[in-house]
Amino acid sequence: MLVDSPQEQRDAPAPAPPARHAMRALGLLLGAVLLLALAVASIAVGAKQLSLDQVWHGLFSSTGNYNDVVVDQRLWRTLLGLLAGAALGLSGAVLQALTRNPLADPGLLGINAGASAAVVTAMTFFGVTSLSGYVWFAFAGAAVVGAVVYLLGGTRSATPVRLALAGTAVSAALYGYVQSVMIMDNAALGKLRFWTVGSLVSADRSTFTQVLPFIAVGTVLALLLARPLNALAMGDDTARALGAHLNRTRTLSMVSATLLCGAATAACGPIAFVGLMVPHVIRSFTGPDMRWILPYATVLSPVLLVGSDIIGRLVARPGELQVGIVTAVIGGPVFIFLVRRRRMAQL
Amino acid sequence: MTAIRTKGGLSVRLRPRALIVGAVLAAVALVAAVVLIGTGDFTISAADVIRTLFGSGNPSQEFIVGDLRLPRALVGLLVGGALGMSGALFQSVSRNPLGSPDVLGLGQGATAGALIMIVLFKGNATEVALGALVGGLVTGAAIYLLAWRRGVHGYRLVLVGIGIAAIVTAVNGYLLTKADLVEAARAVVWMTGSLNGRDWTQVWPLLALCAVLMPLALVYARPLRMLEMGDDMGHALGIHAQRVRLIQLTVAVLLTAAATAAAGPVPFVALTAPQLARRLTRAAGPSPVTAALMGAALLVVADWASQRLFGADQLPVGALTGVLGGVYLLWLLVSERKAGRI
Repeated sequence: MLVDSPQEQRDAPAPAPPARHAMRALGLLLGAVLLLALAVASIAVGAKQLSLDQVWHGLFSSTGNYNDVVVDQRLWRTLLGLLAGAALGLSGAVLQALTRNPLADPGLLGINAGASAAVVTAMTFFGVTSLSGYVWFAFAGAAVVGAVVYLLGGTRSATPVRLALAGTAVSAALYGYVQSVMIMDNAALGKLRFWTVGSLVSADRSTFTQVLPFIAVGTVLALLLARPLNALAMGDDTARALGAHLNRTRTLSMVSATLLCGAATAACGPIAFVGLMVPHVIRSFTGPDMRWILPYATVLSPVLLVGSDIIGRLVARPGELQVGIVTAVIGGPVFIFLVRRRRMAQL
Repeated sequence: MTAIRTKGGLSVRLRPRALIVGAVLAAVALVAAVVLIGTGDFTISAADVIRTLFGSGNPSQEFIVGDLRLPRALVGLLVGGALGMSGALFQSVSRNPLGSPDVLGLGQGATAGALIMIVLFKGNATEVALGALVGGLVTGAAIYLLAWRRGVHGYRLVLVGIGIAAIVTAVNGYLLTKADLVEAARAVVWMTGSLNGRDWTQVWPLLALCAVLMPLALVYARPLRMLEMGDDMGHALGIHAQRVRLIQLTVAVLLTAAATAAAGPVPFVALTAPQLARRLTRAAGPSPVTAALMGAALLVVADWASQRLFGADQLPVGALTGVLGGVYLLWLLVSERKAGRI
């Protein structure tokens, strides 16, 4: 019953020559430009198509006509998409570094499911209806499940399989609980079936402003962790020899991932695979240095999420595919591709 | 351990402990089925149930037992048995105690087929069952093909299954949002796994499939167990490893799909039954027969318990196995981790 795990090689991040630094910085800038273009597209595209003029009018000289209302709604949806995307991508990158596991993702590790189960509990049993109320439940659920999976998966000898299995198993159990709640309560079913697929549909100004502080703190924390996480990647002994505080780094990483993923899940419902895919793509051109991976994840993860949201609005017009479904349909095959590769992406 | 050998060279090994455990589990399953048949708005004593089953009850008892409750109990026994056995096969092939149809996404695949029938075509019970069967088979084939890389086994099978499960779960969520509330409620009950309202139209196809598939699984059980020692060892013993795995996976997928078609994706029976049985028999690996008996006993007891705890048909049996399975799972993860088996 042993599970064979793929061999992984871990190399210390090699110092890059200055020219490469310039290239990477340029890449980051290009990513930001792409993100801005997508954000504008996200405001223009949908059941009602708007021209750039109309978008401009709605953003900067709104007179409250029909088009301006559409722009306002899509603006908050887009901003929330940017925020949630960055949060999910960063938490995925942090989790992959923390667990030294290329398959780590808030969805696959069950952290999403933990937040979901807690939110469902808050909605049905405690009558919490506002986001500012149940975001705390989401944090608690994400933190507890994250810690449980991390401990169950084996902190020191965590193979990709072991962590993924622990996460999947815990998700399955929590999913059963969420389903039982939906059966017993038709009103909850009406609401929850839309929330549990993960979508940006109900985004508005207050959703955005309520999760913004949490995600901001989580993001800053994650970016500050780049160097200690680099040390962690070299293995416990080397890291300790280099003077890294292993436990402090691990704890702060979990705090950061919990804040990011819990807030994103509370606002949009569970969205999987963003945190899995983006760091892999980034790693393929930056290498394993977290000081580049994390900033890139902040820029490119929203590209994926907002892009998926646009795709969801385009393919199912006049209705839409929720963004969580689009990311799962894109991300599942990527995951399978990664699994099929002989040596999983190096960390 | 005793072995029986015939002159023709056939030999059957008998392990007394496994035999006793199997007999006890079979007895528990049958007793639970009798109790289940006697339970409900109209209570019937166990003696009356048995008398009626042998054809000498009064007309009202014959109606309640024969038309209403016996089919439900039979579906419970067969579904539990099929899930238990398929769980044992999956766990043997993947060499992982968590490599069950729940984790690999087969239940979700069957659910997708059923949801398509419920939501898009407003299908009746038979069409929903057919949809589940097809959905399970397609998912199984997809996992097998995608996990293939000079053979299928081990971690790749499990991880590919997890990926497929995630995609299919998302699709299911989408289908659920497409439905109106009444259909969504029907779909959610189906998705939880329920034995409520099962009649003879579910029993016969399930029985036929089990009658073909279960003996097939037993024929290939021994070579499969040998492969647990590793492909090289199996090869040395003259076993065609990939053929044995393909046959056993096909049987397991069909059993899961058939069970899901009849009762919905009852969670965790396939995951727990083989491991619980293995612990009772103290065998090295999961055994298909004891796992099937354990699955049957588990499901019928759970169905009875859910009726007693929540009143008839308030909460489907799948909700109970889901919660119990979750608790069991945590324990399994902890204990297997200590033993270094996951």
